[in-house]
Amino acid sequence: MLARLGLEPGDEEFYAEQLSGILGHIDRLQQLDTEAIPPTAQVVEIANPLRDDVPRPGLSQEDALANAPAAVDGSFRVPSIQEET
Amino acid sequence: MTDPAGMTINELQHLLRSRQLSAAELVAAHFSRIESIDPKVKAYLRLTADIAADQAAAADRALKSGEAGPLAGIPIAIKDVLCVRGVETTAGSQILRGFKPPYTGTAVARLFDAGAVMLGMTNCDEFAMGSSTENSSYFPTHNPWALDRVPGGSSGGSAAAVSSGQAVVALGTDTGGSIRQPAALTGVVGMKPTYGRVSRYGLIAFASSLDQIGPFARCVDDAAITLALMAGRDPLDATSSDRPGRDVLNNYGAGVKGMRLGVPREYYEVEGIEAGVKSAIDAAIKSLEGAGAEIVDVALPHTDYGLAAYYIIAPAECSSNLARFDGVRYGLSSIDAPNVTDAYMKTRRHGFGTEVRRRVMLGTYALSSGYYDAYYVKAQKVRTLIKRDFDAAFEKCDAIVSATSPTVAFPIGSRTQDPLSMYLCDVLTLGGNLAGLPGISVPCGMSDGLPVGLQVLAPQWGESVALRVARTYEQASGVKAEVAPL
Repeated sequence: MLARLGLEPGDEEFYAEQLSGILGHIDRLQQLDTEAIPPTAQVVEIANPLRDDVPRPGLSQEDALANAPAAVDGSFRVPSIQEET
Repeated sequence: MTDPAGMTINELQHLLRSRQLSAAELVAAHFSRIESIDPKVKAYLRLTADIAADQAAAADRALKSGEAGPLAGIPIAIKDVLCVRGVETTAGSQILRGFKPPYTGTAVARLFDAGAVMLGMTNCDEFAMGSSTENSSYFPTHNPWALDRVPGGSSGGSAAAVSSGQAVVALGTDTGGSIRQPAALTGVVGMKPTYGRVSRYGLIAFASSLDQIGPFARCVDDAAITLALMAGRDPLDATSSDRPGRDVLNNYGAGVKGMRLGVPREYYEVEGIEAGVKSAIDAAIKSLEGAGAEIVDVALPHTDYGLAAYYIIAPAECSSNLARFDGVRYGLSSIDAPNVTDAYMKTRRHGFGTEVRRRVMLGTYALSSGYYDAYYVKAQKVRTLIKRDFDAAFEKCDAIVSATSPTVAFPIGSRTQDPLSMYLCDVLTLGGNLAGLPGISVPCGMSDGLPVGLQVLAPQWGESVALRVARTYEQASGVKAEVAPL
């Protein structure tokens, strides 16, 4: 549900079996004592590079909307997020 | 005119600059080869004949006026995950069918600026998730050396295009081995740079802390030239390094005399390694020793945990990267569903294939509250251990050599039912991604008529070291990337 994948009947059993196999392999990580080890999120020395804030042209409205499945009045049309009352 | 299939950049530049061959003729020769053999190989998803004609004409004008760039007229193929303005770019997925990017990514733009001519977009596993190109939502690609076998993946189309003489150079991306493994399985050179060496701007993201763009080529020289042109700082990717791109060519021709090459026991005797692969690697190590390198034993004790850490980190990053595919701004859309949740569900149900869904589920699970520490943080800590393994190994050696893949190319369909067996294809390559290292795969002979690849891993920013070892091996052994006989 969280990932909004739209699973269909039968999918759950199919994936549950495969994912159990994969998670079974992954469980070996628990054999390692990592209490004193810091986590690594990225591996190179680059840290917070800054640049001058110079204005430059962005995408034109036309380019930005060119791939839109539905556009109205120069905007993306989005699904309604509230039920009609 | 001699057949340009199988020629290198240097050979072609000589012909182009001496006016024995025009860029237009070179492109035409490639399209006619594609027409005759790609129905069998299926390396390309779509061809860009109009762009190629324009770029070839521009290259011919530049060659005439003496202003030609280093890749003037060189036909290249591009993996379907790298955005090119106005050219349908889909990451091998249905969810991006019809998507025409409004901009060109930096790596591709730099090759265009150097005069390269784009032939088309190549097939790949959907969102670069896979090791065989069978997860493409379009069709599988066939290994040019044995058409009933996979070319490896995820950049299998690019590897097969170069291997079968349908492009001189091709671009791929490598998140866990997706350049090096298909290069090994198709008998070409493939290089993954240090994380941060090449800008990822315009790359459709899979796992952002692991992804890198790199070249496929028929010789180490061509891979080196192409990488040097793509590398270097790009203000549009904050993780790109400001080290000059040309650094990758430092001491390029200096050989390996006095160099220490490490052989990790854990890689040398990795579970499932085939006897034919092992003997090809033994011969390669002997050849490097003969060229003056000292061979030393090194240890990578956490190798057995690499795959497990990778299959938490990569799916976690992919599940958040792929959240953007909501059917609103581009791609497949079910916008007319009765409510927003149904619209998302429908779009993603029809748009994503089995492997992508599997990884999104795995990643969402690993990041969910309650499991975050046990899986995601644990995997990040193991990533630290793996990086420390490499740091310690590189105190004893200048580069690490091993097989690229434990096996040669396997039959199409033989691993698709068992995801874990597919994941194990990358057991020798994904450590390089977790530690951010540069790595190259170079052809090192055949086993049962199928190509074997030698992997060279170097410390971060040590592309020049990896290239030096690979080039020395290529010259000492006389093993060349040949065009697959078709």
